[in-house]
Amino acid sequence: MCLGIPGEIVALSTDHADLATVDVSGVRRAVNVGLLDGEHVGPGDWVLIHVGFAMSKIDEDEARAALDFLEGIGQAYDDEIRALVESQIE
Amino acid sequence: MRFVDEFRDADKARALAAAIASLCEPGRHYKFMEVCGGHTHTIYKHGIDDYLPENVSLVHGPGCPVCVIPMGRVDDAIAIATQPDVIMTTFGDMMRVPGGQGSFFDAKAAGADIRMVYSPLDSLKIARQHPDKRVVFMAIGFETTAPSTAMTVLRAAAEGIENFSIFCNHVTIIPAIKAILDSPDLRLDGFIGPGHVSTVIGCRPYDFIARQHDKPLVCAGFEPLDILQSVHMILCQLAEGRAEVENQYSRVVPWDGNAKALQVIAEVMELRPYFEWRGLGFISQSALKVRDAYAPFDAERIFELPGVRVADPKACQCGEVLKGVIKPWECKVFGTACTPETPIGTCMVSSEGACAAYYNFGRFTRERVRTATRQ
Ligand code: SF4
Repeated sequence: MCLGIPGEIVALSTDHADLATVDVSGVRRAVNVGLLDGEHVGPGDWVLIHVGFAMSKIDEDEARAALDFLEGIGQAYDDEIRALVESQIE
Repeated sequence: MRFVDEFRDADKARALAAAIASLCEPGRHYKFMEVCGGHTHTIYKHGIDDYLPENVSLVHGPGCPVCVIPMGRVDDAIAIATQPDVIMTTFGDMMRVPGGQGSFFDAKAAGADIRMVYSPLDSLKIARQHPDKRVVFMAIGFETTAPSTAMTVLRAAAEGIENFSIFCNHVTIIPAIKAILDSPDLRLDGFIGPGHVSTVIGCRPYDFIARQHDKPLVCAGFEPLDILQSVHMILCQLAEGRAEVENQYSRVVPWDGNAKALQVIAEVMELRPYFEWRGLGFISQSALKVRDAYAPFDAERIFELPGVRVADPKACQCGEVLKGVIKPWECKVFGTACTPETPIGTCMVSSEGACAAYYNFGRFTRERVRTATRQ
């Protein structure tokens, strides 16, 4: 649960101002972007996600480097992605 | 040094290792604490210890939120989970954490409705779907996770979801570091500061470590190179006679933290006068509880809790591990009675716990490095 995982925003929700769809290693899920106060995010931006909330905006190079690293750590990341797949935030 | 090749930038790693070695004063021993369990995981996974000179040692700190939940709180959570019409929801990491009366897994096997969720918002969704049930979220974590819980409570309040509450076990990192600095067991020379906690609290709250305790702290990222670079930054400070807070992870951690996240925590939660940490005992003002204004969402007020303090098992040395006094393999039950499948202590449960990280990678890494250096 302590991993911060990078995701790319693919769409902002039209029904709920704080929600956005992100793509994390090919998995698309809704996350809450309400903690990124004042920082404008939109499709194509990368964010660091923790338990369903975007914690900070990061640049694409950082996101890719972090993903490479996470994909290499094995089980802890697999568990995180498995949990994310189950997630149905709305 | 073939083994550095697996680093993303092997040349940089080699150069850093050499620079680190050249900064160490001969005959001086350096002890740095990595506060965060995520760092512990990287250190064991990549065998960072083996790239450092012998007189630099890394000791693990208390920054694994699963590891610090005391037995009594697990029992309280299970007491809630076994009430009629309750659905208890929790992060997967909590499932195996042993309490005095077993773990969530045991309670689930005995019939309690306990579900793993990815996010507190998933828990809120379960509450929406089951208006006839009382849905409780077992909230754990440092300042990284507390804003998410707080946002979820605000959402529940805004939507008027009355069957949702949180069992709040959020802890705060600064008092734990203070407790360690005040502990006579350990002489530390510097700190590798937690990365993700700092995205929320920023770098300023660590100032007292530099000013009052005269020790450097460097907020660090989670990749092997980040850790080597942070060790290098700490050693530079020591060599130059400085003690400052520096930010190695500025690509993610803003110096001032996340104001919105701090504001939502403060809206929903306040400090408890004291809280028990597994292995560390009671630490004052070290944890959060739900404010009166959000009392209807506070499981501690809704349910009757046993609230009994349960002493850690005698064999367990998690306290010493969490304070960095001993290494995981020095615990008498490590790898024998205590394994990730049958944990006695919490440090063996989460992948960020020092014992689990060492159990999973440590011996393997040592073996690999030995082979690599022979070639
Ligand atoms: S081996 Fe088990 S009991 Fe010993 S310190 Fe680690 S987690 Fe605690």
